[in-house]
Amino acid sequence: MSRQPYIRPVSKTTWYMRNGRYRKYMLREVTCLLVGVYSFLTIWVLATLASGSPESWNALLASQQTPAMIGFHAFALIYFLIYQSFDWFKLAPKAMPVQLGEKKLPDRYIIIAHYVAWAVVSLFVFWLAGVI
Amino acid sequence: MAIAKKAFVWGLFAAGGTVTAFVFPVLIALFLIVALGNVPEGLQFENIHAFATNWLGKAALFIVISLSLWHAAHRLRVVFHDFGVRMDKAVANAVYLVALIGTVMTAFYLYQI
Repeated sequence: MSRQPYIRPVSKTTWYMRNGRYRKYMLREVTCLLVGVYSFLTIWVLATLASGSPESWNALLASQQTPAMIGFHAFALIYFLIYQSFDWFKLAPKAMPVQLGEKKLPDRYIIIAHYVAWAVVSLFVFWLAGVI
Repeated sequence: MAIAKKAFVWGLFAAGGTVTAFVFPVLIALFLIVALGNVPEGLQFENIHAFATNWLGKAALFIVISLSLWHAAHRLRVVFHDFGVRMDKAVANAVYLVALIGTVMTAFYLYQI
């Protein structure tokens, strides 16, 4: 009696192209590649510092000063801001709702608090690095 | 056990995601500033070396890099699945191993500085 169930064919590799929300999800998820790249770049920085030689440090700095690296860092900065940082702040009230008695703290306060904290952290690191 | 493990992995993912969201834009911006040829005072060898020698600097670097690695590893595991790779166990072992290696390297180099 049982009929053949209809199985809608869904591609395992390109399913997210069907819908803008899915595409945005994938654009966010692949930010993990940038996190990996910059984590290992920073480990390379630590390895160079551990070698203790100012010459290799200056060589590391010089290795970044090519048009390709300028382009890569600029792209990474913009991409990361849009798809990881701003997305993370937007989702924060959903991940960490703040309950005040019967009511919930409005989402926008949590989001604004995240932007303020982000600005403080960024300015502090720029200050440490001597940029400002 | 399975639930406890999941909570642990998820906790590292969330903590790492928060750290990357707050810190990575300014980290990438520093790379960009260096790439553009203006090396700020704090990134001259003596100053950055002094920063990484200080235990507070070491702690900050270790927390940021290790949490970011575990965040990226967990998300990359899901990305593999989303791109149609259905070998979760092998993928999980590989990505967590890379995160572990990175964490050990970070600790080792910080110890050496």
